[in-house]
Amino acid sequence: MSESSTPTPEPGGSLAAGLDVDDARTAADKEATRKAEQEALEVERAKAGEASALTRLLGTGMGRNLGLVIALVILCVVGAATAGERFVSTGNVQTILSLAATIGVVSIGMTFVITGGGIDLSVGAILALSSVWCTTLATQDLARDGHWVAMVAVALLVGAACGLVNGLLIAYGGIVPFIMTLAMLASARGLAEIISNRKTQIVDVPGFREFFNREILGLSFSVWLFVLVAIAGWVLLNRTTFGRRTLAVGGNPEAARLAGINVKRHTVMLYVLVGVCCGIAALMLVARTTTGSSTHGTLYELDAIAAVVIGGTLLAGGRGTIVGTVIGVLIFTTLTNVFTLNNRSISEQSLLKGAIIVAAVLLQQRLASRNSTTT
Amino acid sequence: MTPQNTAPSAAPGEVLLQMSGIVKEFPGVRALGGVDLDVRAGEVHCLLGQNGAGKSTLIKVLAAAYQPDEGTITWNGQEVSFGSPLQAINAGVATIYQELDLVPDLSVAENVFLGHEMSRGGFSQRARANKVTRELLTRLGHPEISPSRAVGDLSPANQQIVSMARALSHDTKLLILDEPSAVLDQEGVKNLFRVIRGLTAEGVAIVYISHRLEEIREIGDRITVLKDGSTVATGLAVADTPTSRLIELMTGRAIEYVFPPRPEFDPARNDVVLEVRDLALEGVFSGVDMTVHAGEIVGLTGLVGAGRSEILETLYGARRASNGTVTVDGKPLRRGSVTNAVKAGVGLCPEERKSQGLLLDQAVYTNITISSMNRFARLGFLDRGEERARAEQLTTSLDVRPTGVVRAVGTLSGGNQQKVVLARWLLRECRVLLLDEPTRGVDVGARTEIYQLIRTLADSGVAVVVVSSEVEEVLGLSDRVLVVREGRVVHESAATEIDESQVLDLVMEGSAA
Repeated sequence: MSESSTPTPEPGGSLAAGLDVDDARTAADKEATRKAEQEALEVERAKAGEASALTRLLGTGMGRNLGLVIALVILCVVGAATAGERFVSTGNVQTILSLAATIGVVSIGMTFVITGGGIDLSVGAILALSSVWCTTLATQDLARDGHWVAMVAVALLVGAACGLVNGLLIAYGGIVPFIMTLAMLASARGLAEIISNRKTQIVDVPGFREFFNREILGLSFSVWLFVLVAIAGWVLLNRTTFGRRTLAVGGNPEAARLAGINVKRHTVMLYVLVGVCCGIAALMLVARTTTGSSTHGTLYELDAIAAVVIGGTLLAGGRGTIVGTVIGVLIFTTLTNVFTLNNRSISEQSLLKGAIIVAAVLLQQRLASRNSTTT
Repeated sequence: MTPQNTAPSAAPGEVLLQMSGIVKEFPGVRALGGVDLDVRAGEVHCLLGQNGAGKSTLIKVLAAAYQPDEGTITWNGQEVSFGSPLQAINAGVATIYQELDLVPDLSVAENVFLGHEMSRGGFSQRARANKVTRELLTRLGHPEISPSRAVGDLSPANQQIVSMARALSHDTKLLILDEPSAVLDQEGVKNLFRVIRGLTAEGVAIVYISHRLEEIREIGDRITVLKDGSTVATGLAVADTPTSRLIELMTGRAIEYVFPPRPEFDPARNDVVLEVRDLALEGVFSGVDMTVHAGEIVGLTGLVGAGRSEILETLYGARRASNGTVTVDGKPLRRGSVTNAVKAGVGLCPEERKSQGLLLDQAVYTNITISSMNRFARLGFLDRGEERARAEQLTTSLDVRPTGVVRAVGTLSGGNQQKVVLARWLLRECRVLLLDEPTRGVDVGARTEIYQLIRTLADSGVAVVVVSSEVEEVLGLSDRVLVVREGRVVHESAATEIDESQVLDLVMEGSAA
């Protein structure tokens, strides 16, 4: 809390002198108002004080992330205890990270959309369409004749275009995000099936696979790409006007609009952003599996939304955390890995995942009502 | 101790409720430190106090939403302790909070009987519920409201009547009204008073909370004044207590000049900043012309629903005008584009501060810098230190309390929130400032500051347009006044050339038909 007691110089130019409204009120009266306000504030604080120190800590951003890290560590301990060598081996850690990278990049984009008050159910389908479009014979021919960057360009453009369609119809067409992206989910995957004729498309562009799969400091390029996207996402959300606008648009779109923010344009940009993230994720998946397929990314929307929500981003918008999302993704990926290593069924995983999501949201709501400032 | 009020009732003037020595502590703070209140059957007992004086806490204790830590409550001669709001309701205490808790999609009758539906064998008895509702509405003087209409279609004033009908559907002996006139216009307030008089005549006691002293003067019998969580005066007879004494009790001082002095204003010497020509919004208002000079405050007044707020919102671009032009410093604004208006130097402090003005969960400083963000950004990257420093300067000079720009703006009181919205436009250095009900929900002390601030802004060359339901405020603050009735400007003159009753005449004319 800053308590700078420096006398105020010019606020807003020439207004300084007159802004001193002291003369209109006596000192005693000020004192009274101050007391009254302090009291109101203290009541507020006191209410918050009823929560235990732990929930208070969990209420702060730092504390929430700490809680998530602890959950992740416990999960790793369980993994090491039950699967031993197989869990802690370098190979396994690399597997976890490269799986996390794909879904992670999608989740970073999703964090922005959800923070901005929207939702995108079509991420998996957009990913599939991007993967198919960038691996068609035509694209691959182009890549072989020219440069493999052509595939990258196609994937990113397809993702951005799908996001643009989502965004325009949501912002200017007035379609509810849930319905619009549900429609995109169906259409994009349908288009992917038409283009690929429901066949898996093998990639044999030499430069592309080498580039994405080469290892730097023991980790594949895809993992580093995820790290890069996460850092860029954090900076974008927390340090730029774009991020500030995202929080404003998600927190109270009407207030944001009346403050002069172009809410519609910003909404479009958010969906384009998540589309581009899907394009990047598609490239990572294509490189890892060396295929493009209309079945890629199935149910990614659920994993991404789940990771974002357990990470601490408010589903209602207005508050988002990239760090939380990254840890959320790692938790889910590690969980899957531990289950797989212990030969437990996919069904059991799904059951537990569902329970975790419910628990996380319950916890979030409790914290939100405790820290509520909007009584 | 016999009351002057001799309304015919079962037991007029008998003490219905006696609260003594009520203490309510939240960990670390004493919200109520020994409050006494006695309410008699058939009286209107007014509760006065600044924001944070403890009025809300007291009525929550009374409604059993909070349990008191100390003190006794005597109800109908018996010492009681209501364990839950439901017990209080069953005993006959009904509360109508500021935010009405009605379900907009349900019918009037369904809302009235929400929670205690009339049914037999699990089937609802719609006809009987409608009949009883109609009786209740008639008792409240509003037989024209249909019990089967959806509540969401009713005006705010009528919704309040439905809320009261719900209170009366229980056997209510004490009705608590928290700022009931905040959502009402002149006509609505008259109605409300008629209803209140009817209820007190039947022996119902009313606890009435309001910031508007003139209302209390009109409807109240006795007054209790709270300050800093305790009773500073109780049982004052409204008729014998001058306003200055009440303000003194509330604030510990007497106010002399509520409105800042008006400087001599000569339009010829100042440039025209805002020019509105033939502005119209389909079905709401039309043919609005307005010229505002630098340094001038123009007041817009009229009934709620006359189109005042809509005029502001339309010229700000928040609604798309169907006709007309708005120019700022000679440059025309694009229709229906807030972004364009803000770029041209127009700022709006909207009517609903909480839902339209502020990002309540976010820090004070981001709420201030939101409209001038680009000034703090290089290539899109924000300099947050600079943002905070500028916000700190502004909040200090506007005396926003408590201090500290990183706290969530939602934790501030109404007056201080309004200062934050004003600080936003101060920072923006706008040319035109539009203020919609700038002092709604703001206590007496902070009002004076806000009036002073608005005048100071005008003196610095800003063109100001103020919309207010309070005629006194418009007349006291503005240089020029426009009266709006049914979507048309029916009068324009210097503020000094017209008085309150003339404005009311203009405003009401034809509206009774």
